[in-house]
Amino acid sequence: MKLQESAVAQITAICERYKNEKTPLMMILSDIQNEYGYIPLEVQELVSEKTGISVAEIYGVVTFYSFFSLTPKGKYIIGCCLGTACYVKGAQKVIDVFSEELGIKPGETTDDGMFTLDALRCIGACGIAPAVSVNGKVYPKMTGAQVREVIAQQYLNEGKEMPK
Amino acid sequence: MSKVNIKIEGVPYEVEAGLTILEAAKACGYEIPSLCAFNHGECNPGSCRVCLVEATGARGLVASCVYPVSEGMEIRISTPKATEARRRSVELLLSNHNQNCQQCDKNGKCELLHVAYLTGAREGAFTGEHSETHYDDVAPAIVRDTSKCILCGRCIARCQNAHGLGILGFENRGFRTFVSPAENRSFANSPCIQCGQCITVCPTGALMEKSEIGKIDEAVKAGKHVIVQVAPAVRAALGEEFDYPVGTPVTGKMIAALRRLGFERVYDVNFGADLTIMEEGTELLGRLTNGGVLPMITSCSPGWVNYAEMNYSDLLPHLSSCKSPHQMQGAIIKSYWAKEHGVDPKDIFVVSVMPCVAKKFEKEREQEKVNGIPDVDAVITTRELARMIRRAGILFNRLPEEDWDQDIMGDYSGAGVIFGVTGGVMEAALRTVYFKLTGVEHDKIVFEAVRGHDAGIREASIDINGTVVNVAIASGMKSAKVLLDEIRAGTSKYQFIEIMGCPGGCINGGGQPYVRSCFLPNEGDDILDTYKEKRAGALYSEDERQAVRQSHNNPQIIELYEKFLGEPNSHLAHELLHTSYAAREGFKS
Repeated sequence: MKLQESAVAQITAICERYKNEKTPLMMILSDIQNEYGYIPLEVQELVSEKTGISVAEIYGVVTFYSFFSLTPKGKYIIGCCLGTACYVKGAQKVIDVFSEELGIKPGETTDDGMFTLDALRCIGACGIAPAVSVNGKVYPKMTGAQVREVIAQQYLNEGKEMPK
Repeated sequence: MSKVNIKIEGVPYEVEAGLTILEAAKACGYEIPSLCAFNHGECNPGSCRVCLVEATGARGLVASCVYPVSEGMEIRISTPKATEARRRSVELLLSNHNQNCQQCDKNGKCELLHVAYLTGAREGAFTGEHSETHYDDVAPAIVRDTSKCILCGRCIARCQNAHGLGILGFENRGFRTFVSPAENRSFANSPCIQCGQCITVCPTGALMEKSEIGKIDEAVKAGKHVIVQVAPAVRAALGEEFDYPVGTPVTGKMIAALRRLGFERVYDVNFGADLTIMEEGTELLGRLTNGGVLPMITSCSPGWVNYAEMNYSDLLPHLSSCKSPHQMQGAIIKSYWAKEHGVDPKDIFVVSVMPCVAKKFEKEREQEKVNGIPDVDAVITTRELARMIRRAGILFNRLPEEDWDQDIMGDYSGAGVIFGVTGGVMEAALRTVYFKLTGVEHDKIVFEAVRGHDAGIREASIDINGTVVNVAIASGMKSAKVLLDEIRAGTSKYQFIEIMGCPGGCINGGGQPYVRSCFLPNEGDDILDTYKEKRAGALYSEDERQAVRQSHNNPQIIELYEKFLGEPNSHLAHELLHTSYAAREGFKS
């Protein structure tokens, strides 16, 4: 797969931002993840060319941190906290119901590109455990029964009806 | 250098400040078992935990490979706490290792097995889940088997240090971590140049050459004319496999061994090297006088050719069109030799013994075939030859000294021998180019300025009858890149450049015997600093012993041109001895 010209320009600009940093890789990858949405091998090759860091090393960093993704993420990223407090308050049940409702495993994205389901470590919201975040908006004290409602709300945002 | 006072097992010593406990202990006569640390910090992650000792001032046990000595430190290596911890560390490594030692070609040279022996670690101390493993034997040169990997990272460091390539990296994290080219690709689908430097540093059998001993056995069974040819650098290192001091040339015994292994003819690739000089020297003179593409770059090293095709395809016209010596010689065996002996080329099986694993790749190139017949059928490394010798029960040190077969291609010059070391091809070429331009031999024969035995760049200006030829030599792709970027920028001042893939040249090739202090008890502690120079010395001494020192004075080369090829760069020479290159993608989709 060859990158589109606009993508090359975008990635190049991101690399340019950190050209004076001693260890720019994490910052570059963070920005690419946020702005481009994912970091496929073609993008890593370009980053390698711009920074002189080997592709294998970049790939190692991308696969080390769960924040980085090799495949496109959905429009809505549902993060279920599985930190200790959330876990003892039943977070496993919540993520299982999300998994079942969306038909995807944690780490995967729905075919229509709407949702990615992520298992998170502690997000620092232990007081409202179990917590779920959707694109940064936090839903407190989640139960399995509320899962469909949260999903429906995202469809509402899109002006769409939730599929059965 | 300032000194510090330490005690080891209660005995006082004065050692250099700044040393790690491991290094200081070595200087005082202790070899603490260790695994991940390698070659003066080339790789030093402190990750394997095999070298744990007790040291005052430290909390708990410390990894001696990364912990520095300090004034007044008291070190205990032999306490039950330390010995048990080291044993446990090795047992933990073994618990995620496939432990099929009898199936592993590294057996006998495996550092994991060695530290297991030293520490008393035994199998089965810990049982449980194993990491998912990955096996890649797609590339012709290198096999990767992560079931044997201990995640030390030596291979990653070596690829980066030698070539700046960084083909290998850690993938994933925690229990799922493994070493691979990005995306868990095969070496064949990555920008790997298949030089095998990673193999030479791997402590276990996780990275190995792809053995072709089986192919030779099949050819013998099929009744083929199995002919062997041996590269110069092999004789400088094979002895190490049989307990000879590093740097002992073992040419005569090696030939004797090859005869006893049943090869119909035993030839020296030096003949092919002399032939290469005739062709390459003529090509250079042509380029110099006819305004051809300069600088011309040597093309003997298949690792370098791989690198050029994947990274500098715009500079491919700079590469000499000459095949490498063993490919040339293979082509001559299957044409000239076949004709002289009345043998169908299809019934000939040419085996090359090489210090190199990239040659395994090279022989399979489409551009290295004549009328669909490959020049060379199998390539084995110096290490594989040693395995064949052991397998046959040959006691190497009791062999007599024998000489190469001498029928039509046994002669070779000293110029051919030095092909095995960085600067050697350049020197061999200069000896002949000097003669061609002046009509007389260079009075000193040797060109000291181009000699060396390590990575890095050397340059020289040679005045040949008023014509000044600027030359440069690089080995390892990190050094080569500097010269190549100059050419790209139009600032290169050279007419002729020699590039070899491995740092130091073929003497340090990816197929050479492993250099490890723990398996070379009679060598000094500094053997990792000196082995390249010692091996190079073996080749330079053989050059000096030769009656003929220049390729163009090799009588059988002269005869080959008279009877068969016509003249250098003739039509037939081009058909048989020259090749072509093509741009390639590193990451193939």
